[in-house]
Amino acid sequence: MEQLYELFGIDRVEEFRAKLEELKKVPGSMISILNEAQEMFGYIPFQVQELISKETGVPLTEIFGIVTFYSRFSIIPAGKYKISLCLGTACYVRGSGQILEKLKENLGINEGETTSDGMFSLEAARCLGACALAPVMMINGEVYGRLTPDEAVKVIQRIKKQDLSQAAAEVE
Amino acid sequence: MLYRSHVMVCGGTGCTSSGSDNVAAAFVSEIKKAGLDKEVAVIRTGCFGLCELGPVVVIYPEGVFYSKMKPEYVPEIVEEHLLKGRPVTKYLFGETVSEKEIKPLEETTFYKKQMRVALRNCGIIDPEDIEEAIAMGAYEALGKVLTTMTPEQVIDEMKKSGLRGRGGGGFPTGLKWEFAHKQKETPKYVVCNADEGDPGAFMDRSIMEGDPHSVLEGMAIAGYAIGANHGVIYVRAEYPLAVKRLQIAIKQAREYGLLGGNIFGTDFSFDVEIRFGAGAFVCGEETALLNSVMGRRGEPRPRPPYPAVKGLWNKPTIINNVETFANVPAIISNGAAWFSSIGTEKSKGTKVFALTGKVNRTGLIEVPMGTTLRDIIFDIGGGIPDGKRFKAVQIGGPSGGCIPEEHLDTVIDYDSLISLGAMMGSGGLVVMDEDTCMVNVAKFFLEFIVDESCGKCAPCRIGTKRMLEILDKITSGKGEPEDIDRLEKLATTIKDTALCGLGQTAPNAVLSTLRYFRNEYEAHINQKKCPAGVCQALLSYTIIADKCRGCGLCARNCPVNAISGQLKQPFVINQEACIKCGTCFEKCPFGAIVKQ
Repeated sequence: MEQLYELFGIDRVEEFRAKLEELKKVPGSMISILNEAQEMFGYIPFQVQELISKETGVPLTEIFGIVTFYSRFSIIPAGKYKISLCLGTACYVRGSGQILEKLKENLGINEGETTSDGMFSLEAARCLGACALAPVMMINGEVYGRLTPDEAVKVIQRIKKQDLSQAAAEVE
Repeated sequence: MLYRSHVMVCGGTGCTSSGSDNVAAAFVSEIKKAGLDKEVAVIRTGCFGLCELGPVVVIYPEGVFYSKMKPEYVPEIVEEHLLKGRPVTKYLFGETVSEKEIKPLEETTFYKKQMRVALRNCGIIDPEDIEEAIAMGAYEALGKVLTTMTPEQVIDEMKKSGLRGRGGGGFPTGLKWEFAHKQKETPKYVVCNADEGDPGAFMDRSIMEGDPHSVLEGMAIAGYAIGANHGVIYVRAEYPLAVKRLQIAIKQAREYGLLGGNIFGTDFSFDVEIRFGAGAFVCGEETALLNSVMGRRGEPRPRPPYPAVKGLWNKPTIINNVETFANVPAIISNGAAWFSSIGTEKSKGTKVFALTGKVNRTGLIEVPMGTTLRDIIFDIGGGIPDGKRFKAVQIGGPSGGCIPEEHLDTVIDYDSLISLGAMMGSGGLVVMDEDTCMVNVAKFFLEFIVDESCGKCAPCRIGTKRMLEILDKITSGKGEPEDIDRLEKLATTIKDTALCGLGQTAPNAVLSTLRYFRNEYEAHINQKKCPAGVCQALLSYTIIADKCRGCGLCARNCPVNAISGQLKQPFVINQEACIKCGTCFEKCPFGAIVKQ
């Protein structure tokens, strides 16, 4: 518990516990519980899985099995900017494979990883449903369409710049 | 309140991604500024289908179609069109404008060959207002079955209609319902599969976003037919807009007494809850889906027992997909005879497709079964962009197959697609042109399958991995002639022995590309060439001496210093050192570098 408080703050952890209390009454609600955890903490670390196991009585092995089964759940923290590059068929045919290579090279990470400064995480999405704008990527909910590898890198650079100037403004 | 004019702004995912929120906001504020907010209503609708031209706005009563809208255009449209009654033709969809008149949308090539049954209300109603749905006839069919039909009659009507499951397999819906109806055990469940996992498919999402009540009504009718009082919609958490609209629809339907206890004053009760998926393609398999609804790993189990006998919580359960349910009210209202008059002998009704890839008009379409692929791609879709040649169309998602040009005149129905080595699937249509490498496409789908294989049975877990390794070998220039045989042998074994639908159809991408594009595999293996110029390892870059001006840009940008030469003299690429990254090809301002 201590560790969890330290990681996420007492308020957030307690808020989650309150929701867990409600959700566990519904039979078969493990996926909903984990969705809640993913949303609240941005990932589902071992300590959270342990908490869920203790509160629901479901063995930790089973919870770990579920967390690692579904692509929406992650056991590492996401970056401040979450890049989902669409690798659906429509985007792939229009060249999102090359964009992925370029982004990996530019950020120095593989898909499913987060940059060491915690700024960007890169995930390959299956289909964002915006096939008409293919190839697309989504960063924190914002959709960027009809991309080329160079443009995708430019978007990343623009975000880096904005983030720096924002941080500078906050310091002042 | 009555309005003299309605501004319908598309709120589907495609248009929202291209900025329709800002367009809608601009209309609201400009209309208010002009003092028209009591006369003109702005409504967010579901998908119109023509996503390529988004954001899309349709203004009624004229029914004119504005495409590629920007907030900047809005003041002029409010001033000219809404205030003075003159549509601003320069912003209209070009094809609807002729010198004399503005043509209705139905007459454009995109819509002319379409027929909207499942999408009947998409783009017409505000999906967040149940009264608009009711005005278009929603819940009429439910009223009809509850007050005038027995469950047996409903099932009979469904059987006569010939409706087959729209999720992929094409199992007759009426039969499925009959099995569940005959079970004595209670309670029974109705499950809606809204876990659209195919990459490149957004049909179900568009129905849920554009007309959620059609799904709820279909589920309630199914509940009455099989004797279930409880419905579950299993939907991807990645579809936030669809989830929100379903939640609103369920709430409103309960308030109106169309869900919940004693519907229409009868003793039939039915309610619906939403359960979230968390991203796993295999959950499209019904037994895997049920495990996921119950909060477990989404692994399939052997059938029988079928879910109609032992499904959710081991009770009789029917599982149909979103589009199937959306068809049900239309069948009940218009009759089985009407529905079965549409389509081909064994595939009745219409089918919704997400048309994407290398095609001019990407979007969401609905056509009668029996339409040819050529009509869809070249008439509705407007052909291939940039004057390129059509190569293949991929249908049915990762479980489907690629269909080449010589079969473009095949009519679409469940059975003809299977005979071509593809399948209906949920309805993704991805068009590929001459620049697409079919071996690479097969590899793409296998990567997907390997990633999504649940790991329960060996043929799928190990077999697909081995197939992917062979394809990797071929695309990186190390293929051997025996590899094709190895692929075929593995593919047939997996098809015969895998546990579930995902595994059994996993090799289809390879089998269908081998069937129609064997020469491309052979070129990769024997000549070590990628005819489409996609597989990096098989390309070689050379500088055409005549075209090279000797600027040296390529040499300066080459990451491995493989290019040398003197300024103003033709440069040369050292093939031994070249890593085939393609940088020089991109940088050359004179087009003097060719890849082969």
